Parts: sequence; structure tokens; C-alpha cells
Amino acid sequence: MQQALERIAVPTLALLASAIAFGLLLAVYARVDPLETFALMYQGAFGTWFSWQNTLTRAAPLILTALCTALPARLGFIVIGNEGALVVGGVAGAAAGIATSGASPLVAQLAMAVAAMVMGGLWIALAGALRQWRGVNETISSLLLTYIAIALMNHFVEGPLRDPSSLNKPSTWPIGDANMIGTIPGTDVHWGLVFGIVACLLAWVVLRFTTWGFAMQVIGGNPKTARMMGLDVGRYVLLACAAGGAAAGLAGMVEVAAVHGRANASLAVGYGFAGILVSFLARHHPLAIIPVAVLLGGIGASGGLLQRRLDLPDAAVVVLQGIIFVAILASETLYGRLLPRKREG
Amino acid sequence: MTVIGAAPLPRHDGAPSLELVGFSKRFGALAALDDVSVKVNAGAFHALLGENGAGKSTLVKCAMGYYAADEGQILLNGREVAITHPRQAHELGLGMVYQHFTLVPNMTVLENFVLSRDHLPAVIDWAGERRRLRDYFATTPFAVPLDTPVADLAAGQKQKAEILRQLYLKRNLLILDEPTSVLTPDEADEVLSTLKALTQARQLTIVTITHKFREVNAFCDTVTVLRRGQLVDTRPTRDLDNDTMAEMMVGRRENRVVVERETRAPGAAVLSIEGLSVADHVGQLAVEELSLEIRAGEIVGVAGVSGNGQRELVETLAGQRHAEAGRMLVHGEPYAATRAEMVRHKIACLPEEPLRNACVADMSVAENMALRAFDQPPASPDGVRLKRAPMRDTALRLIEAYRVKTPGPNAPIRALSGGNVQRAVLARELSSDGDLLIVANPCFGLDFAAAAEIRTRIVQARNRGAAILLVSEDLDEILQLSDRIVVMFDGKLALQADANRADVGAIGRAMAGH
Repeated sequence: MQQALERIAVPTLALLASAIAFGLLLAVYARVDPLETFALMYQGAFGTWFSWQNTLTRAAPLILTALCTALPARLGFIVIGNEGALVVGGVAGAAAGIATSGASPLVAQLAMAVAAMVMGGLWIALAGALRQWRGVNETISSLLLTYIAIALMNHFVEGPLRDPSSLNKPSTWPIGDANMIGTIPGTDVHWGLVFGIVACLLAWVVLRFTTWGFAMQVIGGNPKTARMMGLDVGRYVLLACAAGGAAAGLAGMVEVAAVHGRANASLAVGYGFAGILVSFLARHHPLAIIPVAVLLGGIGASGGLLQRRLDLPDAAVVVLQGIIFVAILASETLYGRLLPRKREG
Repeated sequence: MTVIGAAPLPRHDGAPSLELVGFSKRFGALAALDDVSVKVNAGAFHALLGENGAGKSTLVKCAMGYYAADEGQILLNGREVAITHPRQAHELGLGMVYQHFTLVPNMTVLENFVLSRDHLPAVIDWAGERRRLRDYFATTPFAVPLDTPVADLAAGQKQKAEILRQLYLKRNLLILDEPTSVLTPDEADEVLSTLKALTQARQLTIVTITHKFREVNAFCDTVTVLRRGQLVDTRPTRDLDNDTMAEMMVGRRENRVVVERETRAPGAAVLSIEGLSVADHVGQLAVEELSLEIRAGEIVGVAGVSGNGQRELVETLAGQRHAEAGRMLVHGEPYAATRAEMVRHKIACLPEEPLRNACVADMSVAENMALRAFDQPPASPDGVRLKRAPMRDTALRLIEAYRVKTPGPNAPIRALSGGNVQRAVLARELSSDGDLLIVANPCFGLDFAAAAEIRTRIVQARNRGAAILLVSEDLDEILQLSDRIVVMFDGKLALQADANRADVGAIGRAMAGH
């Protein structure tokens, strides 16, 4: 009970502290009224149907990329290569879409999704394998893999897959309007949101109601005990990393097949890195990821309004995100100290 | 420069006397201590006896300033002192050695000793410190390697280092919390007789919490018994015999069921170890070409001083470490410690420090009890779905059958006391009626009632035909339980003998490498 309370109280406190810090920054440095700013942010994120749709559209990739950190976190791994998995997933998805152009849209869309998930999964599984069998820190390797992923994307976008007509912004061939996955009926929000929510529900069910999830909890809690129980730790590491990477890869495919219609540098705009923040805020809980992603999506969506009304720079909301991330990491130390505990006699 | 108003704390050379008067301490509804008074004479070797939860640890933690007592005065050499923080206790010359180790594991012995000095200069003269410490170790009856990280020391060496550190810091009143639970009898005698000599020379006063009557009889001059937070009595050891002490501790004479060791001829070989070599974490061979066979219905006791490869052997059998060479056969089939093999051959494991080695501290008692069977019916009908209700029912049954004291099946297992964690693990491992049981120091740190119960369960498993490998640093335990005794020294078997023909002198010499 106390622990459950703490799990909610600590992130809430951290969010509050970040809001205060951001407010002070606004008042002292940008010389705008913090309260007015927050009201505007609310307006821009959740004030109207239009802003809600903007928020949800931004939340969709965050939900998927957050799973890339959340699933390996069950095993005690800190994976931050979400951006890289998203990028390789997007490029693989675009390649599959181009290769299957002419086939029926359903076949093309399935091919894109499978290709993106396989590539994203392999990408993060590589980091997991390096850790499991070579002792390479998975945090560092997954981060560095991101830069390799971006370099690979640039290679394909400017080389083999380049559409010669994309002059200013090198892009791949378009996947074709027929193969776009479209929006949820009655909204401007694309289907990626549904994919994300389904993926989170699926992750929650697996973690909570299957022996696999239980085994992952044992491995994350005490690998030595897991080995004594004969659990195949290496296999679980590979599978969890691959599943997380597949989610982020799918986010890349959604960006291609629902937003841009082709792969280009717009894939690497930080949805992967923001996903890390979402996962940590949600304490790696698959269901908590959804509301947190909506909140973060809302903060992102409000950036435009702040720019228009208060003449704040575009990056203001990124500063807020950064402050939140630092506050969340710092608040980790509060667990077990916030509320008085019964002492052992 | 002196700070005005800060009176120097009284510090005495030579053994001080310590009097604790009227100590009471409550934790919520629980009275951990209720008006307890103890007088420890200067130069005494004073034993504090009591079952788990009797208040011994609480009392000494109050004296050391770790807990603030609700009531109570401390008189040191007859003068009242206020101890509200461990640092004050240290400055008064009070030191404590714990059952659980307090050295920083990833720092070397030298660094740990320097670290714990009261006034550490900003720039440390490592060469000087090393020289001082080496000179100091030359004067002590035992020593520990200076440049080894503490994590790499065996349990016995760690405890020696803990005691040496207190002496090095010139503490003249030591409180020992079950100091010998990780030592062999010889090591324990060595440590305790050294300490005894220091008390007789009036250089040291010692209060020791212990469960071992043998040590009380051999070394302690006074005994204080606590029971459920209350003082039972303080008496000279010479006026007490073991039965009286036991009665004072438990209050009434319990019917101790001694499990009859059925005489039975051992059956077929269950575990065969053939030429097994295992490297330790730095890559040196800790187990060298070891071969051993354990048959159904026998307990093979592996005696030896800690750090002679026992831990690596147990970890390899448990699946926590890979062998460099050799092989293991269970029921004649090659065994690689996979989950399928463990289930098929019904292998169970009771490692030392079960909370660290055989539990997930943050998971609940019920979940920890399900670690062996969570992927089999009834917890999982098909190996995929997980059902919490049968898991909890199983746990409730085991909690009852093994008398695990827990707030409930959903409490995190780290909230349980050491004895109850051990019982919970025992319940999990024995409930499957295993054919092969690998046991390491099962009674480490337990009071004698809990230890007797766990030993009884082990013998019961043997009586029903299980093959048991018992690795223990407690020679009495090995002699009491084993059918066959082997001694491990330097990664090899130094001696093999039938238990009923075992010559304790020969075993002791083999343990010491002679």
C-alpha cells in the first residue's frame, strides 16, 4: 500500500518540482508570466479538439518508443537506443513499402510493419547480446548504436533508396498514397495511436499474467537466483530487447506510413529520446506509459502556441522535458524515504 | 584550535566497565526491550544469550547509539555518558562487530581499514598506512591479505578482518554480534582465545551475542539471558549448565524431536561429479579435478575452512557458474543445470545467504515460494499462463507447514528475519520431494531452535531416500548429519571417511591442509 502510494507520489512530486523550476526560468530569464504560460500550454495541449488531436498524434510514437526502454528494464537493463531502433525501423519499413509497391495495400502495410519490427528488434537485441555474452554495457552500446542507425539512414536516403526528385531534403522513394495507413475514422489521429495502446496492453498482459513475465521479474530482481532456478537468462535478455526494439521499429514504420510517406531525416527528431523519458516517468509500467506519453505529447504540442503567443523559442518545451527528466532521475533516491516505514526490531 | 564548549569526551585506556540501566525500546506495538539492566564488568567476556527476537541486537544497538532508547542510562566506568550517535560510542572506545559484514566489498582490506579511521587526513599517505598496518598485523594472532578486495574474501576472513579493524582502531569495549557463525571451530577458538587473553590482560571488555553454548562455556565468564525483550537473569558461567541456559532462553523445556537417522544402505548413485574444475571470478581454479559420488539416501558432508572452493562447487551444481572442465551426471545423465533437468531429476538447492542467493528480495513470499514451480500446474496450467490464486494457496500451505513467520504471503520476502527467509526457501526446495539436495551452510546465523528444525528436515529428506550434498563450515553440523564426510582443501578433496568411523583429529588436520 505504502509502496503503491509512493509510486504515484514520487513522480508527481518530481513533475511539480520541474514545473516550478521551469516557471522560475520563464519568469526570471524569459520574463513572461509563468502562470499565463502554463495556461497557454494547457490550451495548446488539451484545450480544444484540435489540440487534443495534435497531442495524441505526438503521443503515438512516444508510447511505442517508451516500450523499448520499459521491456528490457524488467530485466534490470537500461536501454536508451530507442531513437536508433525507430530510425532503422522507419528505413526498413520504407524499403519494404517501396519493394511491395504494386501489391495490395494490406500486403504492403504488413510487409512494412514486419520489416520495421524485425529490424528494430535485431537492433536492440544486438545491444542485449553484447551485454549478455561480451559484458558490454547496454546503455552505452544502445546509445552508440543510435548514431550508427542515423548514419545508415543517411546512407540509404542519400544513396540506394534516394528519390532523385527530393532535392532539398534527401528522401527515399515514396511508399505511395495507397499504402499509407491513414487515420482513425472521425479524427486526424493516425492508427499508430491504436498500435501503441495495443502494444502496451499486450506487454502488460505478458508481464503480469504469463510465466514469461514472471521469469523476467525474477531475472531483473536477482539474476543469481534466476540461474539457480535454471532459467535461460540469455534467451530472456534477447527476447525482451527484441520485443522492445520491435515496438520502437514499429514507431518508425508509423512515422513513414502515416505521417511522412517516405523515410528521411524527419525520422530522427527525438521521439526515441523522449520515449526514454516517458518510460522512466511511467516507472517502466506498460499501462502507465499511455497517460505519460499523452502528457509528454501535450507538452510537445503546446510548443507552437508558446512560440506564436509569447514569442518563446521553439526549444522552450524541450527545456521543460529536460528538466522533467533530471527531476525524475533525481527522485529515484526518494523511494523508501518519502514515507515513514516501520522499522524492524 | 579548540572549540570552546566542546568538553573532551572521557576516554579510558584499558578495559572499561559498562552498565546499561533500565533500557526500554518500543517499535510500534512491539516492546523490543522492557526495562532491561545489564552490568558488564571491566575485562569481562560477557555473553548475551537469547532466541531470535529476544532483544539482544536491539539492546546493543541502543548502547552503540544506532537506536535511541525510549528509556535507559549508560554508565561507562561508573560515569553516565550520553550516546546518541555511533560516532560518540566510537570516541568512547566502543566498537561493534556484526553478524552481517560492514566492510565495503569492492575496496581492499587496506582501504577499508584506513577508511574507518576516526580522523582521516585529506591526503592519505598510503605507503605509511600500509607499513603501519603490516606492522600491526605482525603483532596479531591472525592476519588477512591487505590488497584483496573484501568481496573476494571468504566469510571467515571477512569476520577476522572486521574484528581486526576494531582492534586496530583501539576500541577497548567490543560488542560482537554472533562473531563466529562463519568461522570453523578452530578459527573460532583462535579468535575467541585471543580476545579472551586480551580481556584477561585487562585491555578489552567484550560483550558477545551468541547461540553456541560451547563457546559460552569455554570463553565467557558471565551470561545474561534475555527473553522476549525482558531480562531473565545475569549469572556467572560456572553456575550454569547447558540445560539451565537453554531453559532460561526458551522459558520452558520444549520437546525437541530428534529425528532418528534410519539405518539404511545407500542406494544407486544420484550425483556423480567427474574431474570437475571450476574457476573463481578472477579466473583462478577454485575447484580442481574434483570427483565425488553421492548415492540415494545418504548425506555427504563437505567439511572445510571457507574459501577452499566450496562456494564455487555449490554454485556450479546450482547452475550459477560454469565448469572449466569435467562433468556432472545426475541419475547417469549429463547435467548442465537447465530448468528442464532440474525438474526432471528433482534437484533442490539451499545455498548460504538465501536472501542473496536463492530469493528475489523485492518479490513477495508467495512469489519466492513459487520460483521452482511457477511454470507447472497448478500455478500455470499450460506453462504460459500464470495464476496467482493457486500460487498463494500453495504459499499459505507452505507457510503453515514450515511455520514461516510472515505478515502474509504477499509481504516482500526481504521483510522477513533471516531464519524465516531460510524456512521459506527450505519450504520451496523441499516441497517437491527432491531426489538431490544441495545444501550450503543452512543454519548460518540462525538460533538453535531454527537450526535444529532445519537439520531435522534435512535428515527427513535423507530418510526418504534423497541424496544430499551438505557443504558446511560448522564441523559439528557435518558430524551430526553426515553419513560420509569429505574434507575440501585448496579445491581438492583432502579426506574421505565414513561418518561413524571418522576421526575428528584427522578431519581437523585435513581442513588445515596437513
